[in-house]
Amino acid sequence: MIGPVIGVLFDGFAYGMLLFLLSVGLSVTLGTMNFVNLAHCAFAMLGGYVTVTLMNQLTWPFFATLPFAFLAAALVSVLFERVLFRRLYRASDLDQVLLTIGLAFVSVAAAAYIYGTLQQPVQMPPYLRGSVTVAGVSFAAYRLFLIGTALVITLALVGALEYTRFGAQVRAAVDNQRMARGLGINVNGVFAVSFALGSGLAGLGGALAIEIVGLDPSFAFTYLIYVLIVISVGGLGSIGGSFAAATLIGISDVAGKYYLPELGSFLIYLVMLVVLMWRPAGLFGRR
Amino acid sequence: MSAGALASPQAWLRAQARWHPVEVAFWLATLAPYWLFPDYLVLASQIAITALFALSLDLILGYAGIVSLGHAAFFGLGAYTAGLAAKYGWGEPISGLVLGALVAGVVGYAASFIVARFRHLALIMITLGMGLLLVEAANSASWLTGGNDGLQGVKMWPIFNAFRFDLYGVTAYTYALAALFLVFLLARRIIHSPFGLSLRGIRDNATRMPALGAPSRAHLRTIYTIAAVMAGVAGALLAQTTETVSLESLGFQRSADVLVMLILGGTGRLYGGLVGAIIFMVARDQFSGNTPQFWYFWIGMLLIAVVMFLPNGILGGLAKLTASWRRA
Repeated sequence: MIGPVIGVLFDGFAYGMLLFLLSVGLSVTLGTMNFVNLAHCAFAMLGGYVTVTLMNQLTWPFFATLPFAFLAAALVSVLFERVLFRRLYRASDLDQVLLTIGLAFVSVAAAAYIYGTLQQPVQMPPYLRGSVTVAGVSFAAYRLFLIGTALVITLALVGALEYTRFGAQVRAAVDNQRMARGLGINVNGVFAVSFALGSGLAGLGGALAIEIVGLDPSFAFTYLIYVLIVISVGGLGSIGGSFAAATLIGISDVAGKYYLPELGSFLIYLVMLVVLMWRPAGLFGRR
Repeated sequence: MSAGALASPQAWLRAQARWHPVEVAFWLATLAPYWLFPDYLVLASQIAITALFALSLDLILGYAGIVSLGHAAFFGLGAYTAGLAAKYGWGEPISGLVLGALVAGVVGYAASFIVARFRHLALIMITLGMGLLLVEAANSASWLTGGNDGLQGVKMWPIFNAFRFDLYGVTAYTYALAALFLVFLLARRIIHSPFGLSLRGIRDNATRMPALGAPSRAHLRTIYTIAAVMAGVAGALLAQTTETVSLESLGFQRSADVLVMLILGGTGRLYGGLVGAIIFMVARDQFSGNTPQFWYFWIGMLLIAVVMFLPNGILGGLAKLTASWRRA
C-alpha cells in the first residue's frame, strides 16, 4: 500500500528536480530584466543535442558530455542576448514574446533539419541503469542521480547567491534595478552572466532529461509550457520559489498520470490556475 | 489625424468612421476569387474564417492590450458546438452558427472575470493555462468529441434549405465571406464608438483610465466576451464548411498561428488580421507542402524580422510609407 505512494512521490520529486533545472534560469532572467524569454527551452534542447551528438558520434562517456551541454547552451545564449535580446529589454511583453517564440520556431526547424523528427536514442552507463531497493521499495538509479545533481546545484546556487559578492549584486538587481545601477553595479554585466548561467543550467537539464522524457525537436515547446508553469507558480526571480513550485508540479503531474490517467495533464494546469488566482505573483513572488 | 484630434471627440470619431475608398476596394476584391481563382474557393473560405478569427483577436490584443495565448479555446468551443449540433440531428447552418457563438460567448464571459484581473506574464500564463485545460478536457471527453480522431459524422443541411455545401466551395466561401463581412461591420462599429476609444485608453495607460472614471475592468470584460463570440462564430464556420472538428481547432498551435498572422498584418488596425490571414494562409498553402516543420522555420524568421524591423506589421509599415509620401 505504502510502496506505490513512495514510488510516485519519488518519481514526482525526480521529475520536479528536472523541471527545476530547466526553469530556474528563466525565473532569474524574468525577475531581473522582466524579459520574457520563450526560447529558454530551445537552449535546453541545444544542451540535449550536444550530449546526444558527443555520445553517439564521438562515443564519449555520458558524464564527459554534461559540461559541454552546459557550456554550449551558455555560450549560444549569451551570443543571442548580446545581439538580439538586449535591444528589447524596454520593449513591450508582446514584442519579447514574439521575438523569442520566433527563435523557438527556428530552433525546432533547425533541430528537425539536422537530426530528424525521431526520438534520439542514448545508452546510459551501466551503473545508472539499475535500481536500488530500500525496505522493499525500488528507486531507479538514474533518478537518484538526477535528484542528487539537482540538490547539489540548488545548494551551490543558494550559497553563491547568499554568500558571494556576485550573488549580492544579482539580489540587488532583482530587488531594485535603478538603485543597483545608482550604486555603481554593472547591472547589464550581472545580467549577461546570470543569463548565461541560467541557460547553461537549462542546457544541463536538457541533457539530463533525455533519459527520462526523451529528446525530439518538439522539446522546445513541450517543456516550455512546463517551465512557464513552474516559474509563474513559484514567483519570478526566486530560486526557493522555483524549487518549491517544481516539486509541486512534478509530483502533481506524476501522481495525476498514475492515479487519474484519464485526466492527462489536466491536474497541473488546474494547480497552476488555482495558485495564480490565489496569488497572481506566484507562491514566493513579491510583485 | 492630428488636425482632427483638435476638434471635438465626437467629430474625431465620426471622421475616423468614414469609409475610405481603399476599404471599399478591399471588400470588392474579396469577390474576385469567384472569377479569378475558382479552383481555390475552398482555400478562400478557410482564409475568410481565419481572418474572422484574427479579427476577434485584434479586438482584445490590438485594441484592449490583452495578450492571449489561448484564444483558440473559443474558436474550438464554437467549432465543437456547431459540429455536435449537426452530428446529433440539427444540421441547420445559421442557427448552428448562432449556437456556437452563444456557447463561446457564455464561456468567454465567465473567463473574462478572471482575465480582466491580470496583466503581463500572469495574464499570458492564465490564458495559456485555460486553453490547455480545455484541450485536455476535450481529449478526455472522447465519447463526445471523438478525442484525437476528431468529430466525425457532421452532416450539414443546405443554407436556407436551398444552397447545398458543394465540393468546389462556392457556397462555403459565400457563407464564410458574408459572416466575415457582417462581423467586421460590427467590429468596426465597436472600434469607432466611445467604448472603442476608451479601450485604446486602457491599453495605453491602465492606471490613468480608472482615474478618469472609466470602468476599466467592465470594459475589458465586455470586449473579451465580444471577442469570444466572434471567435466562436469563426470556429462554427470551420466546423460547418469542413464537416469535421479536430482537437487541433482548440490547440496552442492555432492560438500561436493567429497571433503570428495578426502581428504580421499589424495589430490595432482592423484590417491587420485580415491582411495577415490572407498572406499567412496563401503562403502556407504554397510553401508548406509535406515538410511542415520547415514552414515554421520561415515563420520564426518572419517573427524575428517583424519585431526587429517592422514593429507595427505590414499595414503599419505601409501607413508610415504613405505618411512620408504626403509630407514629401
